[in-house]
Amino acid sequence: MSHTSATPLAPTAQVPVVPLLQLGTWVVFFGLLAMLAIFFVSSDQGAVSLLAGNGVHEWVHDARHLLGFPCH
Amino acid sequence: MSTLPGENSVLSPRSFLLRGLAAGLVAGLIAFLVAFAFGEPYVDDAIALEEAAAAQMTPAEVAAEEAAAAAEDDSGMVEISRDDQRSWGLLTGTVAIGTALGGLAALAAAAVVGRLGLSARGSTALVALLGFVAVGLVPFAKYPATPPAVGSGDTIGGRTASYFALLLVSVLAVIAAVVVAQRLRDRMDGWSAAGLVAGGYLVVIGVAMWLLPSVNELGDFPADTLWYFRRSSLLVLAAMWATIGVVLVAAIGRLTDRATADAQRRELAASL
Repeated sequence: MSHTSATPLAPTAQVPVVPLLQLGTWVVFFGLLAMLAIFFVSSDQGAVSLLAGNGVHEWVHDARHLLGFPCH
Repeated sequence: MSTLPGENSVLSPRSFLLRGLAAGLVAGLIAFLVAFAFGEPYVDDAIALEEAAAAQMTPAEVAAEEAAAAAEDDSGMVEISRDDQRSWGLLTGTVAIGTALGGLAALAAAAVVGRLGLSARGSTALVALLGFVAVGLVPFAKYPATPPAVGSGDTIGGRTASYFALLLVSVLAVIAAVVVAQRLRDRMDGWSAAGLVAGGYLVVIGVAMWLLPSVNELGDFPADTLWYFRRSSLLVLAAMWATIGVVLVAAIGRLTDRATADAQRRELAASL
Protein backbone atom coordinates (compact mmCIF):
# COMPACT_ATOMS: atom_id res chain seq x y z
CA MET A 1 0.00 0.00 0.00
CA SER A 2 2.61 2.50 1.07
CA HIS A 3 4.95 1.72 -1.84
CA THR A 4 2.25 2.55 -4.36
CA SER A 5 1.28 5.69 -2.46
CA ALA A 6 0.79 8.74 -4.63
CA THR A 7 2.26 11.11 -2.07
CA PRO A 8 5.66 12.38 -3.23
CA LEU A 9 7.56 10.96 -0.29
CA ALA A 10 11.25 10.47 -0.79
CA PRO A 11 12.20 7.16 0.84
CA THR A 12 14.64 8.98 3.14
CA ALA A 13 12.06 11.51 4.36
CA GLN A 14 9.86 9.42 6.64
CA VAL A 15 7.59 11.01 9.23
CA PRO A 16 9.99 12.54 11.78
CA VAL A 17 9.73 11.09 15.29
CA VAL A 18 9.70 12.88 18.62
CA PRO A 19 12.75 11.94 20.76
CA LEU A 20 11.48 9.83 23.67
CA LEU A 21 13.77 11.44 26.24
CA GLN A 22 12.45 14.89 25.40
CA LEU A 23 8.90 13.53 25.49
CA GLY A 24 9.43 11.95 28.92
CA THR A 25 9.70 15.30 30.69
CA TRP A 26 6.41 16.42 29.20
CA VAL A 27 4.71 13.14 30.08
CA VAL A 28 5.75 13.51 33.74
CA PHE A 29 4.79 17.18 33.89
CA PHE A 30 1.44 16.89 32.14
CA GLY A 31 0.75 13.44 33.57
CA LEU A 32 0.75 14.86 37.10
CA LEU A 33 -1.45 17.79 36.10
CA ALA A 34 -3.90 15.49 34.32
CA MET A 35 -4.05 13.11 37.27
CA LEU A 36 -4.86 16.02 39.57
CA ALA A 37 -7.70 17.15 37.29
CA ILE A 38 -9.01 13.59 36.99
CA PHE A 39 -8.78 13.13 40.76
CA PHE A 40 -10.89 16.20 41.53
CA VAL A 41 -13.59 15.29 39.04
CA SER A 42 -13.62 11.56 39.75
CA SER A 43 -12.87 11.02 43.42
CA ASP A 44 -12.40 14.05 45.70
CA GLN A 45 -14.83 14.14 48.63
CA GLY A 46 -15.88 10.60 47.74
CA ALA A 47 -13.53 7.78 48.64
CA VAL A 48 -10.75 10.24 49.51
CA SER A 49 -11.00 13.90 50.52
CA LEU A 50 -8.31 16.48 49.84
CA LEU A 51 -10.64 19.41 50.34
CA ALA A 52 -13.06 19.53 53.24
CA GLY A 53 -16.80 19.66 52.68
CA ASN A 54 -18.81 18.49 49.70
CA GLY A 55 -18.65 21.44 47.27
CA VAL A 56 -16.43 19.74 44.66
CA HIS A 57 -18.41 16.49 44.86
CA GLU A 58 -21.75 18.25 44.51
CA TRP A 59 -20.58 20.51 41.68
CA VAL A 60 -19.19 17.73 39.43
CA HIS A 61 -21.74 15.18 40.71
CA ASP A 62 -23.48 14.53 37.39
CA ALA A 63 -20.24 14.31 35.40
CA ARG A 64 -18.90 11.81 37.94
CA HIS A 65 -21.94 9.58 37.43
CA LEU A 66 -22.21 9.93 33.65
CA LEU A 67 -18.49 9.46 32.97
CA GLY A 68 -18.66 6.18 34.86
CA PHE A 69 -16.63 6.98 37.98
CA PRO A 70 -17.74 5.40 41.28
CA CYS A 71 -19.72 8.14 43.00
CA HIS A 72 -21.68 7.10 46.06
CA MET B 1 22.86 15.97 11.47
CA SER B 2 22.36 19.12 13.52
CA THR B 3 19.74 21.72 12.82
CA LEU B 4 20.34 25.45 12.86
CA PRO B 5 18.89 27.57 15.66
CA GLY B 6 15.22 28.22 14.98
CA GLU B 7 15.26 25.34 12.55
CA ASN B 8 14.10 22.75 15.07
CA SER B 9 11.61 20.22 13.92
CA VAL B 10 8.02 21.41 14.42
CA LEU B 11 7.42 17.98 15.93
CA SER B 12 8.02 18.90 19.55
CA PRO B 13 6.13 17.40 22.51
CA ARG B 14 4.76 20.88 23.12
CA SER B 15 3.16 21.08 19.67
CA PHE B 16 1.47 17.72 20.26
CA LEU B 17 0.28 18.66 23.75
CA LEU B 18 -1.25 21.97 22.63
CA ARG B 19 -3.23 20.17 19.93
CA GLY B 20 -4.30 17.54 22.44
CA LEU B 21 -5.57 20.15 24.88
CA ALA B 22 -7.58 21.81 22.10
CA ALA B 23 -8.99 18.45 20.93
CA GLY B 24 -9.82 17.57 24.54
CA LEU B 25 -11.59 20.86 25.12
CA VAL B 26 -13.80 20.27 22.08
CA ALA B 27 -14.35 16.66 23.21
CA GLY B 28 -15.40 17.89 26.66
CA LEU B 29 -17.96 20.23 25.11
CA ILE B 30 -19.36 17.51 22.83
CA ALA B 31 -19.46 15.05 25.75
CA PHE B 32 -21.37 17.65 27.75
CA LEU B 33 -23.97 18.05 24.99
CA VAL B 34 -24.42 14.28 24.69
CA ALA B 35 -24.55 13.85 28.47
CA PHE B 36 -27.03 16.70 28.89
CA ALA B 37 -29.32 15.48 26.11
CA PHE B 38 -29.15 11.70 26.61
CA GLY B 39 -27.89 11.15 30.16
CA GLU B 40 -29.53 13.77 32.34
CA PRO B 41 -33.11 12.47 31.90
CA TYR B 42 -32.04 9.20 33.59
CA VAL B 43 -30.05 10.97 36.31
CA ASP B 44 -33.26 12.88 37.08
CA ASP B 45 -35.26 9.62 37.07
CA ALA B 46 -32.78 8.04 39.48
CA ILE B 47 -32.85 11.03 41.82
CA ALA B 48 -36.66 10.95 41.81
CA LEU B 49 -36.49 7.26 42.81
CA GLU B 50 -33.96 8.11 45.52
CA GLU B 51 -36.25 10.76 46.94
CA ALA B 52 -39.28 8.47 46.76
CA ALA B 53 -37.32 5.86 48.73
CA ALA B 54 -36.32 8.49 51.29
CA ALA B 55 -39.96 9.50 51.71
CA GLN B 56 -40.84 5.89 52.62
CA MET B 57 -38.28 5.52 55.40
CA THR B 58 -39.54 4.50 58.83
CA PRO B 59 -39.20 7.04 61.68
CA ALA B 60 -36.38 4.94 63.16
CA GLU B 61 -34.43 5.07 59.88
CA VAL B 62 -34.98 8.82 59.60
CA ALA B 63 -33.71 9.30 63.15
CA ALA B 64 -30.61 7.18 62.42
CA GLU B 65 -29.86 9.19 59.26
CA GLU B 66 -30.28 12.50 61.07
CA ALA B 67 -28.02 11.35 63.90
CA ALA B 68 -25.36 10.35 61.34
CA ALA B 69 -25.68 13.71 59.59
CA ALA B 70 -25.43 15.59 62.89
CA ALA B 71 -22.29 13.65 63.84
CA GLU B 72 -20.57 14.72 60.62
CA ASP B 73 -18.56 17.89 60.43
CA ASP B 74 -20.72 20.07 58.21
CA SER B 75 -18.28 22.93 57.71
CA GLY B 76 -17.84 23.50 54.01
CA MET B 77 -21.10 21.70 53.24
CA VAL B 78 -23.00 23.36 50.47
CA GLU B 79 -26.23 22.76 48.65
CA ILE B 80 -26.00 22.97 44.88
CA SER B 81 -29.21 23.11 42.91
CA ARG B 82 -30.07 20.40 40.40
CA ASP B 83 -30.16 23.08 37.69
CA ASP B 84 -26.52 23.97 38.40
CA GLN B 85 -25.46 20.32 38.73
CA ARG B 86 -26.98 19.23 35.44
CA SER B 87 -25.62 22.22 33.47
CA TRP B 88 -22.53 24.11 34.72
CA GLY B 89 -21.40 21.37 37.07
CA LEU B 90 -21.67 18.70 34.38
CA LEU B 91 -19.89 20.99 31.90
CA THR B 92 -17.01 21.57 34.35
CA GLY B 93 -16.54 17.84 34.79
CA THR B 94 -16.68 16.83 31.14
CA VAL B 95 -14.38 19.68 30.02
CA ALA B 96 -11.83 18.93 32.77
CA ILE B 97 -11.77 15.22 31.97
CA GLY B 98 -11.85 15.84 28.20
CA THR B 99 -8.90 18.23 28.34
CA ALA B 100 -6.89 15.91 30.57
CA LEU B 101 -7.56 12.88 28.33
CA GLY B 102 -6.96 14.90 25.15
CA GLY B 103 -3.56 16.03 26.41
CA LEU B 104 -2.60 12.51 27.48
CA ALA B 105 -3.76 11.07 24.14
CA ALA B 106 -1.68 13.65 22.27
CA LEU B 107 1.45 12.77 24.26
CA ALA B 108 0.76 9.08 23.57
CA ALA B 109 0.44 9.96 19.89
CA ALA B 110 3.76 11.83 20.08
CA ALA B 111 5.35 8.63 21.37
CA VAL B 112 4.02 6.39 18.56
CA VAL B 113 3.95 8.64 15.47
CA GLY B 114 6.61 7.42 13.04
CA ARG B 115 7.34 4.32 15.11
CA LEU B 116 4.55 1.85 14.28
CA GLY B 117 4.88 1.57 10.53
CA LEU B 118 1.62 3.48 10.17
CA SER B 119 0.98 6.96 8.85
CA ALA B 120 0.89 9.74 11.45
CA ARG B 121 -2.90 9.90 11.05
CA GLY B 122 -3.21 6.14 11.43
CA SER B 123 -1.06 6.12 14.57
CA THR B 124 -3.11 8.93 16.12
CA ALA B 125 -6.40 7.23 15.29
CA LEU B 126 -5.06 4.04 16.88
CA VAL B 127 -4.22 5.96 20.08
CA ALA B 128 -7.76 7.33 20.31
CA LEU B 129 -9.28 3.90 19.64
CA LEU B 130 -7.06 2.19 22.22
CA GLY B 131 -7.80 5.05 24.65
CA PHE B 132 -11.52 4.42 24.33
CA VAL B 133 -11.08 0.68 24.83
CA ALA B 134 -8.51 0.80 27.65
CA VAL B 135 -9.74 3.84 29.58
CA GLY B 136 -13.46 3.79 28.80
CA LEU B 137 -14.71 0.37 27.77
CA VAL B 138 -12.65 -2.05 29.89
CA PRO B 139 -13.26 -0.45 33.33
CA PHE B 140 -16.93 -0.07 32.30
CA ALA B 141 -17.16 -3.80 31.55
CA LYS B 142 -16.54 -4.73 35.19
CA TYR B 143 -17.56 -1.55 37.02
CA PRO B 144 -20.24 0.07 34.85
CA ALA B 145 -21.47 3.57 35.57
CA THR B 146 -24.15 3.69 38.25
CA PRO B 147 -26.91 6.27 38.52
CA PRO B 148 -27.60 8.15 41.76
CA ALA B 149 -29.47 5.95 44.28
CA VAL B 150 -27.32 2.94 43.35
CA GLY B 151 -24.30 2.20 45.50
CA SER B 152 -23.76 2.42 49.23
CA GLY B 153 -21.68 5.22 50.69
CA ASP B 154 -20.05 2.65 52.98
CA THR B 155 -18.38 0.83 50.07
CA ILE B 156 -17.22 3.85 48.04
CA GLY B 157 -13.60 3.35 49.18
CA GLY B 158 -13.36 -0.23 47.96
CA ARG B 159 -15.26 0.45 44.75
CA THR B 160 -13.05 3.43 43.91
CA ALA B 161 -9.89 1.40 44.60
CA SER B 162 -11.10 -1.50 42.42
CA TYR B 163 -12.13 0.79 39.59
CA PHE B 164 -8.78 2.59 39.48
CA ALA B 165 -6.85 -0.68 39.91
CA LEU B 166 -8.56 -2.07 36.79
CA LEU B 167 -8.00 1.23 34.96
CA LEU B 168 -4.29 1.16 35.87
CA VAL B 169 -3.86 -2.47 34.77
CA SER B 170 -5.70 -1.72 31.54
CA VAL B 171 -3.58 1.35 30.68
CA LEU B 172 -0.28 -0.37 31.53
CA ALA B 173 -1.32 -3.49 29.57
CA VAL B 174 -2.30 -1.51 26.48
CA ILE B 175 1.03 0.38 26.55
CA ALA B 176 2.89 -2.93 26.91
CA ALA B 177 0.83 -4.38 24.04
CA VAL B 178 1.84 -1.56 21.68
CA VAL B 179 5.53 -1.83 22.66
CA VAL B 180 5.51 -5.62 22.16
CA ALA B 181 3.65 -5.32 18.84
CA GLN B 182 6.25 -2.85 17.62
CA ARG B 183 9.05 -5.30 18.52
CA LEU B 184 7.22 -8.22 16.86
CA ARG B 185 6.98 -6.40 13.53
CA ASP B 186 10.53 -7.54 12.70
CA ARG B 187 9.41 -11.16 12.82
CA MET B 188 5.88 -11.14 11.43
CA ASP B 189 3.41 -8.99 9.56
CA GLY B 190 1.61 -6.17 11.32
CA TRP B 191 -1.79 -7.85 11.53
CA SER B 192 -0.36 -10.99 13.13
CA ALA B 193 1.54 -8.88 15.66
CA ALA B 194 -1.60 -6.85 16.40
CA GLY B 195 -3.70 -10.00 16.81
CA LEU B 196 -1.16 -11.59 19.10
CA VAL B 197 -0.85 -8.60 21.45
CA ALA B 198 -4.62 -8.02 21.42
CA GLY B 199 -5.00 -11.59 22.68
CA GLY B 200 -2.37 -10.97 25.34
CA TYR B 201 -4.11 -7.79 26.45
CA LEU B 202 -7.44 -9.61 26.77
CA VAL B 203 -5.84 -12.37 28.86
CA VAL B 204 -4.29 -9.80 31.24
CA ILE B 205 -7.62 -7.97 31.53
CA GLY B 206 -9.48 -11.23 32.04
CA VAL B 207 -7.19 -12.22 34.92
CA ALA B 208 -7.42 -8.75 36.49
CA MET B 209 -11.23 -8.83 36.28
CA TRP B 210 -11.27 -12.30 37.78
CA LEU B 211 -9.05 -11.22 40.70
CA LEU B 212 -10.82 -7.94 41.47
CA PRO B 213 -13.96 -8.00 43.64
CA SER B 214 -17.41 -7.79 42.07
CA VAL B 215 -19.93 -5.17 43.07
CA ASN B 216 -23.66 -5.72 43.35
CA GLU B 217 -25.49 -2.99 45.17
CA LEU B 218 -28.44 -2.58 42.84
CA GLY B 219 -31.15 -3.58 45.27
CA ASP B 220 -34.52 -3.12 43.58
CA PHE B 221 -33.46 -0.31 41.28
CA PRO B 222 -35.53 -0.60 38.06
CA ALA B 223 -33.60 -2.47 35.37
CA ASP B 224 -34.81 -0.34 32.46
CA THR B 225 -33.70 2.97 34.05
CA LEU B 226 -30.36 1.35 34.91
CA TRP B 227 -29.85 0.14 31.35
CA TYR B 228 -30.83 3.51 29.79
CA PHE B 229 -28.48 5.30 32.17
CA ARG B 230 -25.58 2.97 31.41
CA ARG B 231 -26.22 3.12 27.68
CA SER B 232 -26.13 6.91 27.76
CA SER B 233 -23.01 6.88 29.93
CA LEU B 234 -21.28 4.68 27.36
CA LEU B 235 -22.46 7.04 24.64
CA VAL B 236 -20.86 9.97 26.51
CA LEU B 237 -17.54 8.11 26.73
CA ALA B 238 -17.73 7.14 23.05
CA ALA B 239 -18.54 10.72 22.02
CA MET B 240 -15.62 12.04 24.06
CA TRP B 241 -13.06 9.62 22.61
CA ALA B 242 -14.43 9.90 19.08
CA THR B 243 -14.09 13.67 19.20
CA ILE B 244 -10.58 13.45 20.62
CA GLY B 245 -9.75 11.04 17.79
CA VAL B 246 -11.24 13.04 14.94
CA VAL B 247 -9.82 16.41 16.02
CA LEU B 248 -6.42 15.00 16.95
CA VAL B 249 -6.05 13.03 13.70
CA ALA B 250 -6.70 16.22 11.71
CA ALA B 251 -4.43 18.42 13.85
CA ILE B 252 -1.53 15.98 14.17
CA GLY B 253 -1.90 14.97 10.52
CA ARG B 254 -1.34 18.57 9.43
CA LEU B 255 1.49 19.00 11.92
CA THR B 256 3.37 15.96 10.66
CA ASP B 257 2.72 16.92 7.02
CA ARG B 258 4.52 20.17 7.75
CA ALA B 259 7.34 18.42 9.60
CA THR B 260 7.79 15.98 6.72
CA ALA B 261 7.86 18.82 4.19
CA ASP B 262 10.44 20.66 6.35
CA ALA B 263 12.60 17.56 6.55
CA GLN B 264 12.43 17.10 2.79
CA ARG B 265 13.34 20.72 2.18
CA ARG B 266 16.27 20.46 4.54
CA GLU B 267 17.44 17.26 2.87
CA LEU B 268 17.22 18.94 -0.54
CA ALA B 269 19.13 21.98 0.74
CA ALA B 270 21.82 19.72 2.22
CA SER B 271 22.23 17.89 -1.08
CA LEU B 272 22.88 21.08 -3.06
